[in-house]
Formats: sequence, C-alpha cells, structure tokens
Amino acid sequence: MREAILEVIEKARKTAEERDILINTLHEIQRMFGNFVPPEAIEVISEELKVPLSRVYEVLTFYTMFSTKKRGKYVVRVCESLPCHVEGGREIVRALKEELGIDFGQTTPDGLFTLETTSCLGLCGVAPVIMVNDEYFGNVTPEKVRELVKKMRGDAR
Amino acid sequence: MKPITVLVSVDSNSVLLGARHFLNYLRDLVYDHNLGDVVEILETGSMGVYPEGVIVSILPDNVFYLVKTEEDVRTIFEEHILKGRRASRLLLDEGKVKSSVEIERLTQETRVVLKNVGEIDPTDIEEYIARDGYFALAKALQMRPEEVIEEVKKSGLRGRGGAGFPTGLKWEFTAKAKSDQKYVLCNADEGEPGTFKDRLIMEGDPHSLIEGMVIAGYAVGATKGYIYIRGEYYGSIEILKKAIEQAYEYGFLGENILGSGFSFDLKVRLGAGAYVAGEETALIESIEGKPAKPRLKPPYPPTYGLFGKPTVVNNVETFVNVPRIILNGADWFRSFGTPSSPGTKVFSLVGNVVRKGIVEVPMGTTVRDLVFRFGGGVEKGRQLKMVQTGGSAGTFIGPDKLDVPLDFDSYGKYGVSIGSGVILVIDDIHCAVDLALTVMQFFEHESCGKCTPCREGTRMAVDILTRISRGQGREEDLELLREIAKNAGEASFCGMGQSVPVPLLSILDNFEEEFRAHIGAERCPVGVCEFVRTSKKLKVK
Repeated sequence: MREAILEVIEKARKTAEERDILINTLHEIQRMFGNFVPPEAIEVISEELKVPLSRVYEVLTFYTMFSTKKRGKYVVRVCESLPCHVEGGREIVRALKEELGIDFGQTTPDGLFTLETTSCLGLCGVAPVIMVNDEYFGNVTPEKVRELVKKMRGDAR
Repeated sequence: MKPITVLVSVDSNSVLLGARHFLNYLRDLVYDHNLGDVVEILETGSMGVYPEGVIVSILPDNVFYLVKTEEDVRTIFEEHILKGRRASRLLLDEGKVKSSVEIERLTQETRVVLKNVGEIDPTDIEEYIARDGYFALAKALQMRPEEVIEEVKKSGLRGRGGAGFPTGLKWEFTAKAKSDQKYVLCNADEGEPGTFKDRLIMEGDPHSLIEGMVIAGYAVGATKGYIYIRGEYYGSIEILKKAIEQAYEYGFLGENILGSGFSFDLKVRLGAGAYVAGEETALIESIEGKPAKPRLKPPYPPTYGLFGKPTVVNNVETFVNVPRIILNGADWFRSFGTPSSPGTKVFSLVGNVVRKGIVEVPMGTTVRDLVFRFGGGVEKGRQLKMVQTGGSAGTFIGPDKLDVPLDFDSYGKYGVSIGSGVILVIDDIHCAVDLALTVMQFFEHESCGKCTPCREGTRMAVDILTRISRGQGREEDLELLREIAKNAGEASFCGMGQSVPVPLLSILDNFEEEFRAHIGAERCPVGVCEFVRTSKKLKVK
C-alpha cells in the first residue's frame, strides 16, 4: 500500500510548484481507497510532503469532498441549495432518507450507502440534482431516486 | 467538409438528458446507412437554453431540434437527413434557441463571451483558431504590457465574479508590484448556488479562458498561472486539461510563446468542496494546500497573493472577455451595456422558469426581460412570487422590482444585486420563511468558522428561522434577525459573512408581511412550513 501511495505522490510532485500539491494528492489517494483517506495513508502523506499531521487532518476535515471515515460503496449526495429546493428538492431528500433508512452523514448497516448533502453542483438546468459517487443524475423525482436506490441494491448483490 | 453537419450539445446538463446516448445512436444510424462521408456529427457545448431536452442543430440548414428520446433521433435522421425535409414535430420554436433569442439586441456576430460556446468542438484547438482564436494573444504580444493594461482599463471591464472591481486596475496594481515571480489565477470555483455559466463557458470554449489568462500574464509580468476549479466539476476538469495540453502543443503556452520571448505555464488545481474558497484569498490558501480560510485584507493579492507573490485573481467570464477586447478594441466593448458597466453579462436562468439555461445579454437588461422574454415566464402557468438575483448571497425581490436594469450599480441604486448573474425564479407555492431558512442553512454550513459574527450569526439566524417555520416564532424575532444581519455585515472577516445581510434583509424587507403572518398563527399562510404544536422545547443545535 505504501508503495502505491508513494507512486501517487511522486506523480503529483512532477507538476508541483512548492506546497501546492496537497489537495490534488488527497483527491488521488481518496480515489485509490474508494472514497476515504485512511489513517495509514495520512501518515505517509505527512512524512513525504513534509506537512504536519495536524495540517493534513485539518485539510481533510475542512473540505466536504474528503472523508477520513470509510463510507458506503455508494456515496449519495443531494443538492440542498435553493435552485434545487424550489424544484422539489425537499421531497427528494425525504424520499432518500426513507428509502435508505438513514440520515445525512450516516451509512447503511450493510455498508452500501452513505447519504450526504452537497451545495450547488452547477447543473441547475436539470434541477433537482443528485450525485452518486462521481455520477450525476438530473431532473430526479422521488420515484426516480427510489428506483435508483433499488437498482443499486440489486447491482450490489 | 461534409455536406451535412449535425451539432449535438454535450455540456454537462445535456449529458444528463441523454446527449451521449443520442449521439452514439445517431452515429450508429449514419454508419448503418453508409453515410459516413456525407454526414459529420460534432459535439459542442451548451446551445443556451434547454427546455428539458437535448438540442441538436443541423447545418447548413440552420435548423434546431429538441430531442428527448431515441425515437426522436430516428425521426430526425429519417426525415431531415434521408428525406431532406424538416421533422416538424421536433422543431424547436425559433424563440427558444440562442441564435434567435438574443438576436434582437445582440446579433450572432456581437456575442462576446459565448461567441464560440455551442458553435465549436471544445476538444479541438483548430476549431478555436479558425474562429480568430489566439489572434488576440498574437496582437497583445506585439503591444507593450502597459498598452494591454491601458486597453483593458479603457474598456471598463469589471470583474464578473460578483464584486465588479475594475479588471484593468487590478492588473495595473499587480504590474506595478515588484517581484521575481508573479501569478495569474483563474477563480473557477463556481460555488454561488444557481450559477453554472462558468461551467458551460469552460466546457464549451476552454481556449478563450486560456488565451485570456496568457494575455493577463503578459500584461502584469507573470509567468505562471493556475485555474482553480471545483472538485465536483468532473466534465469541465477533463476538457480544461485537454485544452491546456493542446495549447502547449501549439505553442500558445510554455516557453517563448509565438517567438515573443514571453513564457507562461498553466496548471489546474482542484477544490474539494468549500463555498468560501471562491473568496480570492481563501482560494489562494487552498492552492497552497491549506483549508480555504480567507486572509486579512489588506494586503490584497496584487501585492501579496499566492506564495506571498503579486497575484491577479479573476473569474472565468472576466478572462474570456479579454481576448475580445484586445482584438476588437475598448470602444467596441463599450458599445455594449451601460456606461458604468460596459459589456455583456452571462446570466444563469434557474428555478421555476420555463426555459432554464444560460443567456448572454448586454449589461443593463431588466429582470423582467430575463425572466419573461428569455426565460419564457413562470413554469406550469403559476404566478411569479419573487426572484432571487445574484446567487445565494444575492437579493430577493418581489414583482414590483422587475423593471430594474441589472448592472454593477443596481444594488446601490435599487437594492437588486447582479452578483454572479443568477436569476432564480420562485413561484407562488413557495414560502418566504422556508426560503430564508434554506438560504441561511446554506450560509451556516459554508461558514468556515474563522470569525464569530459569521459562524454564530448564521447559526442563530437558522435557529430563529427554524422556530418561525415551526409556528413558534416570537414578536421580537424579526428585529433579532435584522440585528444579526447587520452585525454579520459589519463585523465579519470576509466577503462571505459580510454578504449575509444581502439575502436576509432583502427577504425580510420585501416579504415582511409573510414573516409576520407566521408568528402567533395556526398554520403557515402558504402551507409549506410544518407547524409543531407541542410544549416540547425547540431543540437547539
């Protein structure tokens, strides 16, 4: 694992100025582990980039796209900004919470889904919008998101 | 060139409506019929306004179709391409596509920012060059840097990110700062809810942005640039990276650009989900690998920016205006818009409006024109209740202010902000208290926590609005909210907290009656808020 992390860091260094590669590196490492950055990796990053451990944690917990906790196989993010809200966003949130049986920030017991909120994704032309991992879904309705969840459940089996 | 060209919009919004799928299906049809030599299928950016479908245009006939299903693609193929007649069922009403929507005031030739969006293949630099791409850079490199700055100053271009600071002045400050290294940053951290113009500009015409940045670099004496883009903008990131690669290949980036002796390097840096990173000094902190917390100003970035060096930070739309100004001159640019805010503005039309999308109009266009003429009015035949202009940090206005012309002075003069150019249309089934609560929840979530007026003020505003929306509001609550807004506005550390009063006071002032009607009432007057009638104490977060 250490080697894989070092490889990512080496690659990032090639495009680096000085201290400007931490966030891009964290994106890469997070992708490598699925959707979180584990403590072991944080230590390697801190040593290699010569950034104090506290700073790496500060960055990881400041930005909403990063997680230090293992998340579900599918991270479902719902836009809660006003443009989605006025187009039925509230019903989407309700449908997802009901269908998944969890609240924001939680993961289903089977480890499949984590529900999160996101601010505007810049896809307001097809609001309301949700994201599953790095895929977007626009013009969603409560029925559509329920179907989507059921489909993902089926795929995971 | 093949006799027939089919353009399909594959911007991020259209993709969600099936654009990729339709594109592949059309390619299959053309292939199956052996028409590969006759029909060219090209991908392009947003064609402006998408009424719940993908826009496909066919050249040279200049016909626009709206495609919703595979069946529609087949119909267009069989009718238009095979039989040479129009598939009338799918024809887009002329008034709904950009080439005609804007023709009244802004003809095709004078589209400034969106000149190439929806017209060219963004992944092919040669298409950009064929439309005068990088000509402005060549022209600028033959001018002296001061002359470039003078031209931008004369044009009156003001920052399109929302603050409206004169771009030429910003450049001049940076040029005058003495340093061994300077930087040019593009703020593509488009986080203002409802704004997606920068996304569509970058996806549809990435080279205009690159060209604008290189010109800025030459003008201020910077040799390095960064585009800071939201981590969530997956499609746009790929398109930008590809465009940068091509610009290097063609010698518009890198060493000794066009033999001028001037060198410029450009890189992409990703955000990771933080609204406040759109504040210029927070953005700089983020590129430096730190949490996006704003710095104390002054010093401003033109003297102390990235890595402590003089730095220009401009919005995507601002940079895209630059090549047009250099190529056509400041006087040409000033022929659009208003004297204090020359040029055009790209607006994002969102919410309960018939035609959602982006539209480019001269500065000084009224809210009414944007909502009704370009947006087609309110969806589902409902009544207009209010419009939020300028984004979440913008103003809520009622129908009485629809005739305000939007430019950088409209906030000072009429209390209607232009901000990042959002026109969020809200119909009459929505409740002012619920909307104010949603906006304040957004601010509470995005507050970085550095200063008390913003961190605690937004939290208290959410608590009070929550209680009003549950039917437990108190008489003094409206005054309290006003005081919180005033304090956040005056005492916050950065522009984010300072902008809290803009939405909060405007909705309180313009819809005060509706707030009052929630207090001491039995139910929400609009039927949106769910009143809680228990003696249980309100849970405070």
